Amino acid sequence: MLKDFTLGQYYPVDSLLHRLDPRMKILLIFMYLLLIFIVKTFYGFLFAAGLTAFAIGISKVPFKNLFKSLRPVLVIISFTLVLHALFTKGGRVLLEVGFLTIESQGLYTGAFMTLRLVLLVITTTLLTLTTSPIALTDGIEYLLSPFKRIGVPAHELAMMMTISLRFIPMLILESEKIMKAQLARGADFSEGSLFQRARNLVPLIVPLFVSAFRRAEELATAMEVRCYRGGEGRTRLKKLELSRKDIYAAAVLFLACLIVIASSI
Amino acid sequence: MFLIIKDLTCFYMGGGPFEVKALDRINLEVNQGEFLGLIGRTGSGKTTLVQHFNGLLRPSGGRVIFRGKDLYGQEKVNWREIRQKIGLIFQHPEDQLFGETVYEDVAFGPRKLGIEDNITDKRVKEALKLVNLNFEEIKDRSPFTLSRGEMRRVAIAGVLSMEPEVLVMDEPTAGLDPRGRQELLEQVRYLHQEKGLTIIFVSHNMGEIAQLADRLVVMEEGKIVLEGTPAEIFSEGERLLALGLELPQITRLMLSLKRQGRDVKTDIFTVEKAREEIMKMSKDKWGESC
Repeated sequence: MLKDFTLGQYYPVDSLLHRLDPRMKILLIFMYLLLIFIVKTFYGFLFAAGLTAFAIGISKVPFKNLFKSLRPVLVIISFTLVLHALFTKGGRVLLEVGFLTIESQGLYTGAFMTLRLVLLVITTTLLTLTTSPIALTDGIEYLLSPFKRIGVPAHELAMMMTISLRFIPMLILESEKIMKAQLARGADFSEGSLFQRARNLVPLIVPLFVSAFRRAEELATAMEVRCYRGGEGRTRLKKLELSRKDIYAAAVLFLACLIVIASSI
Repeated sequence: MFLIIKDLTCFYMGGGPFEVKALDRINLEVNQGEFLGLIGRTGSGKTTLVQHFNGLLRPSGGRVIFRGKDLYGQEKVNWREIRQKIGLIFQHPEDQLFGETVYEDVAFGPRKLGIEDNITDKRVKEALKLVNLNFEEIKDRSPFTLSRGEMRRVAIAGVLSMEPEVLVMDEPTAGLDPRGRQELLEQVRYLHQEKGLTIIFVSHNMGEIAQLADRLVVMEEGKIVLEGTPAEIFSEGERLLALGLELPQITRLMLSLKRQGRDVKTDIFTVEKAREEIMKMSKDKWGESC
């Protein structure tokens, strides 16, 4: 039941996109997102979409996995399209039903917005699909570190993210086991009114919290025994290093940005 | 027949490239009042198998028949009733405690079955006595203040209070100290011999299972590879070692004597039998030299 749950949805294959530096990937994604919001022209859009298609192509991630990420936002996307189609006016009148009209300008902007959202979701998904959660938190830590001076605990935030990601599968297994144990004792998790059901969860939640706290304490002890004392002065086993391909990737996207901006003026 | 398992098969992540055959056509019959030992190393499918006995896992194929009723057939099954009759104690059952008091926790099962309060009361007392805990002393304490060994016994009492006919125990002695282990085994023996419970005991510790079980089933990679009385199983010592299982110490002694070319039986797993056999052996030797 809980087994199908995946987090971070990392797709472990070896591709150029997988090998890029996570910091660079995060920055480039930001740049790309800016780009698709700057784009105003039809050809500019085609270009941006082509860029995404190219990235998908070299990522070796099956298209199916990317499409899955669109499912939760499908409602928002179709809502955007309908709203724009109905309420943005201008151009020729294509359809008239009562007081509602669909005009060409509306349809055009609607399609634009929809495509924008689709590209946005697909590219950010591509980031999490090609970057392992650990690499992602590493990248975030590095990118946040300039803000340490104004009191942002970059290292601690990243460590918290890493630890929680690490423990999610464990907690899922644990809750599955406890659930089964309580079922074997006659518990029921799918019966009765809402209130009754919430009460039925007590035999699951209490042991889960107890074990989570115990694990947390054990982990804290284990880390302290190995002299962990926060990020200060801590060196890394795997140093993030920019390589030539990161520079190339940045150059390609930068060029793309220039082209788009130039074409939009 | 009491409990019959027919061609039971179970896949994990079925269909995909990551498909794992957790159980591969298991055929097994359990008689009423029997003490069955289920052995196999970690990942051999023991736990997966026992979770099919009461509907916690659904089989990909095959049947489980309890008292003539096909649990995964067309007919609708009242799982709560089955789970009452086939009590399942998980590995590290102390992780499942949640009650504010020991009493509340042990009474959870009977209450869920809709049993009246005064009978529940009696059952809780009985169950705590069966696991050798003092009812008056312990009933109002929080289970989280107990030692791990005590917590485990409370958890076992929580299943016993449902008065099952079959008790399935998944590695109940894992992580207990030798004394706690011995005590628990004594209680299991009592439940079997005096209370007449059918017991299915999952373990990878040969020593403890050999003392208790009438019949042993050895699993490997989701299949049953050996089946028989402890004497029959342990006479295949070399095969068990090849399966990555540990033999009782005393059986290992007999095996190494045999390897040295002495004429001894190797289907021995109790100290008394071993003594007899060694005495016989040394007598023979004596006879020779004199």
